[in-house]
Parts: sequence; structure tokens; C-alpha cells
Amino acid sequence: MNEDYRTTESEKLKPPVTSVGVIGWLKGNLFNSWFNSVLTIVTLYFLWITVPSFIRWAFVDSLWISTGAECHQAGGACWSIIPANIRFILFGFFPYESQWRPLLAMILLVGLLYYSQNRNHWKKSLAYAWILGLFIMGLLMKGGLFGLDSVESTQWGGLPLTLLLSVFGLTAAYPLGVVLALGRQSKMPAIKTVCVIYIELIRGVPLITLLFMSSVVFPLFLPEGITVNKILRAQAAIILFTAAYIAEVVRGGLQGMSKGQYEAAESLGLNYHQTMRLVILPQALKIVIPPTVSILISAFKDTSLVVIIALYDILKTTQSVLSDPKWMGFSAEAYIFIALIYFVCCFSMSNYSRRLEKELDRSL
Amino acid sequence: MKHLKVSLVAVLAVVMATAGMAVAGTLDDVRAKGFIQAGVNGDLFGFGKPDEKGVWKGLDVDTARAIAAAVFGDANKVKFIPLTAKTRFTALQSGEIDVLTRNCTQTLGRDTALGLDFCQVNYYDGQGFLVPKKLGVKSAKELDGAAVCVLPGTTTELNLADYFRANGMKMKPVVIENTAELAKAFFAGRCDVLTSDASQLASTRSVAPNPKAYIILPEVISKEPLAPAVRHGDNQWKDIVNYSVLAMINAEEKGITSKNVDNMLKSTDPKIQRFLGVSPGNGKALGLDEKFVYNIIKQVGNYGEVFERNVGVNTTLGIERGLNALWTNGGLMYSPPFK
Repeated sequence: MNEDYRTTESEKLKPPVTSVGVIGWLKGNLFNSWFNSVLTIVTLYFLWITVPSFIRWAFVDSLWISTGAECHQAGGACWSIIPANIRFILFGFFPYESQWRPLLAMILLVGLLYYSQNRNHWKKSLAYAWILGLFIMGLLMKGGLFGLDSVESTQWGGLPLTLLLSVFGLTAAYPLGVVLALGRQSKMPAIKTVCVIYIELIRGVPLITLLFMSSVVFPLFLPEGITVNKILRAQAAIILFTAAYIAEVVRGGLQGMSKGQYEAAESLGLNYHQTMRLVILPQALKIVIPPTVSILISAFKDTSLVVIIALYDILKTTQSVLSDPKWMGFSAEAYIFIALIYFVCCFSMSNYSRRLEKELDRSL
Repeated sequence: MKHLKVSLVAVLAVVMATAGMAVAGTLDDVRAKGFIQAGVNGDLFGFGKPDEKGVWKGLDVDTARAIAAAVFGDANKVKFIPLTAKTRFTALQSGEIDVLTRNCTQTLGRDTALGLDFCQVNYYDGQGFLVPKKLGVKSAKELDGAAVCVLPGTTTELNLADYFRANGMKMKPVVIENTAELAKAFFAGRCDVLTSDASQLASTRSVAPNPKAYIILPEVISKEPLAPAVRHGDNQWKDIVNYSVLAMINAEEKGITSKNVDNMLKSTDPKIQRFLGVSPGNGKALGLDEKFVYNIIKQVGNYGEVFERNVGVNTTLGIERGLNALWTNGGLMYSPPFK
């Protein structure tokens, strides 16, 4: 009896074929209303036209190792432009025999950045590691000591220049931005006015203007014969620009803090610096991680604007290769390659920020 | 607002003028530094552009090397600074560079108001038109109503507008910032005509999917004498740049090349002896080593060699000598006597 009971109990009707498996998923997600059905069909049609021809161009008909002349004959993508010119694209004018030096410096930088991702590693030893690492990087790039040939900074280019401008630009801009935000919140009128004027002035002009100012107008005001390093000038412009934007984001975070936090800190007898350092900033900066990171990412991409003042960052070295008659016309391939490099950098930044947000999340 | 603009322009003009005037002794500066800083193009194949290894190549680049050979006896004592069309003159005014060899057209405005001095022309260029053969056009006068691909921000755009207005014709400019993209747009048929300096048109045509399907029209609508420039007011430095270029031209006239220059030192011709510094005088007059011409020819070559190496018929550009031939061959290259 019991057994019979159990069989009838466990007997289950299968759901209709149209609501499970592939068909069910299609029906539930792609064709669940007439509007979505139309969208699905239109999208599929576009994919049908574009994807096969793209794959044919990029992979089937493409050339990977060949000369420019062979590429001009073939119909597909000419990826050969990358391997044939990779060293100029990556390192620009750095002396050909010494290009292991910027390569090593970049590996060191990326390694240090990667190691610093983990907050458990944030100790005093890491700070020493950074100082040592920066010294070695500077030595590798500049040379002149320990038997390394001296290399002028005018010969720096390509990816090391892009990384240099962005890593140092962003690390210097962030604290400056925080200070400016605090200044704008300050009760002292002089400081407040200076910060407001600075932020509004910088935000009121495009980065290109600042770069032009730094490279074209600024040198005219210096006495004859005195020139400030071009990379340094561009770097300063990028720092000043990014700091103003970060300041406004951080101000948003500061204003988002409830008054109770300030009052609680005061009632504990903390002075201004302690209040900011121990109570307000740790919370405010955490809130603004997403907008800060999006500013940092866009600042990273904006470093490519230095092409207009003829600094050879990775975009400019690529364009220079494209102006060679041998490789003229293969801009799509070269730009796809550069886009990939930018994507990897930006994606890892935003990925890290999401992780950091999760780790710092103490909300209940 | 307008006042602000006017006063800003005035301030800039004053700054530029003073920056242009207050120079003397570039030669001493250069000697103290131990190298010459030369502003070059960076993106113009045949004139100034790094190769795959980052080594600078081009006619303008070799001109700068010749100046270094004249001053230091070593053509490698020169640092190349790539400049855009917008930053080139400021770089010279501010002293960031000592000489500008960046395919700059000599014009009255630049020679005076900008505080520059142009030296001996090292390439005579002119603006022309490239059209597909199937358009059936034989002369630029038949281009009424055409869509014209043109680079912005240079004298090219202005010349184009002037030419069409002067001939009572209409056109649609298709403005694209980058040379490679411009060529691509033209080959894809986005415009009927491509206009640029004749030297550029040749290189653009050489990368066409089918170069034979395009012709360069006979009209040259502008004069573009490309010359090295220095800061106004430093006559000694200007003379050095001037005679470095002229030395290359004179060497070609005299049949002296980088290969036979050592033999030519033994020549009994007094003109050649004076030219190569065997009998002294020229070097002292310029404040240079007596061997300066020898160093230029030995290390860089004469004008013909430099031309053929960078832009001549056997290069990708395949440009004929044309206006840049010696005056004895119907060109404009002419050197005053070296005595």
C-alpha cells in the first residue's frame, strides 16, 4: 500500500516542451512579446550581415606575417602591420638596442600595481618597495648610471609614456583633488575662494586647451633658452585637470555625509584634522569610489590627447606607422590593436574598483 | 569680450616679437650644449619620419644632419623633436629648437610677423590635384562642383578655396585631419578629387589599390618653397644653416659626392680646393671648421644624393627632380659661389 502511495505521489508531469530547455529559454527571453520578437529578428539579421564578413576579414582572409606590399594585394585584414612595427609602436624613439629597459620598467610597474591590489599587502614594506621600484624604473628609463647609456626624455614614447603620464598623473591628481575638495568646504574664505576659482576655471576649459597652454603659450613666458621638459609640462596639465574633477566628486561624498557624523566626531573631542582623517574621509571616499574610478578611467584615455602637442604616446606612434606608404590604409587593424590595449587597462581598473567597493562595504 | 580678445592677441604679439628679437649667439649655445635641436615633421614619409627602428629618415632630417656635420663635424650630433603644424613656430620662438626643418612653406607673413628667418629652400613644392582616371577630367578647370578631400589647418585649404573662387567654380570640401585617413576616404570614393602638395600626391597615389587608375592633374595652383627656418636676428646662425644647404647643392653642381669627396680633396681646381676647405677661408668666415663642407658631403651627401635617397624615383614616393633639379638641368637649385 505504502509503495503504491509513494509511486502516485512521486509521479510528476513534465512541463510542456515549449517552456523548458532551449525553446523555453528562447520563448521566455527573446520572443516574450511581439515587440521583443521584432527586436530579436532585427538584431539577428544585423548580426547575420556583419559577423560573417567581419570574421572573414579578420581571420579567414587575413595576413599575419607579411610585407606591406603583400597586404595591399590581399583583401583581408593586414595584422602584419603590428608585428612588423611592434617595437616602434610600443617604445617609440627609445634606442633600438636598449628597448629591453622600458620593457623591464613597464613589467616592474605592472607587477607593483598588481601586487598592491591586495589590501593585505598594504604595509610599510610596500611603500619601500614602491620607492625602490620607482627609482629602478627611473634609472632604466633615464640611464646614466651603472653603465646604462643616458636616454633623453624626448626619446621616451609609446606605451611607457602612456603609462607614465597616466599612472603618475592619476596618483598625483587624487590627493590634490581631495585637498581641493576639503578647501572648497572650508570655512576660511580665502582658501575657499582660491579653491572655487581653481576648480571652476579648470573645469571651464577642455584638456586640449590646457595642453596647448602648457606646450605653446607657457614657453613664451619663460626667458630665452630656458625650457621646461615637454613631458613634464603635459604631465602637469593632466594632473591639474584631473584634480579639479576629482575635487568635485569628493565634494559630493563630503556633502553626502550626515551631519551626525561631524557632530559625533566633535563630541568625542576630535579636532578638524582628526575628524577628517578618522571619520569623514574614510567614509566619504568610499561612497565616491564609482564616480572617482570613472574619472580616472576617462583621464587615462585622455592622455592620448598629448598627440596634439607631438608627444609620441602609443596612439601617436601608431599613427606615425600608418603614415608610412608601406602600411598606409591599414588603420583599422592598427587601431583595433591599440583599442585592445586601452580596453585591458580600463577594464582592469574598473574591475579592481568593484572589488575594492565590495571589500570596503561595511554597511549593514 | 572683443576687447579681451584684442588685448590678448596684442600681448601675444608683443611676447612673440620680443622672443624673436632677443636672440644672439645660437652657435655658442649649440656648441655649449654639444648638439643641435631640430624641429621635424614626424609623420611625413620622405621628409621627416622615424622608420621601424625609430631612426629618423627624410630630406628635412638630412638637412638638419648636414647642419650638425657643419657645426660639429659629426652628423649625429642632432636631436630631432617632432612638432605638429600648430606647435612648430612656437617651439622655434621659445628656443626649444635651434632650427626648424619641418617642410615649412616660406611666406612673407611667417618671415616677418612671426619673427622667423627662412634660409635656402631645400624643396620646391606646389599644390596639385589627384583624380581617378574614370572621372575623365584632364584639367583642374573642369572640376566645377567637385567634392574635394583636403587636410585642414594648412595653407592647402586656403589655396584650394582661392583657386576655385578665382576661377568662378564651386566645390564641396571634405575635410579630414589625418593624411592616411584622407587617402582612404579618397580611394573609397567619398570625394572626387584629392588636393595636397605634389610631393604628397605622389606618395598617396603609390598606395592606391590600383595606382594606374589615378592621375595627377597638370595644374600646380600654389608655390610652396619649403625651407629651414631660424629665429630672426641671429645672422651668423642663419648664415650657417643657409650655407649648409647651399654646400649640398654646390657639391652636386661640382660633381662631388659622398663617395668621391676624399679624392676631390686632391683636386687641383682652386674652386674645389676652396670649397672643400683645402685652401682656407670659408670656414673662418662662418665661424666654423675649415672642413665643414667636406664633413657635410662625406657624412650626409650632396643634394642629389639626399634627394634620391629620400624621395627620388627609386623610393616609394618616386618623385622626379622637376623644380628641384639643378639650374643647369632646368630646375631651381642654384648655389652662389663659395669664395
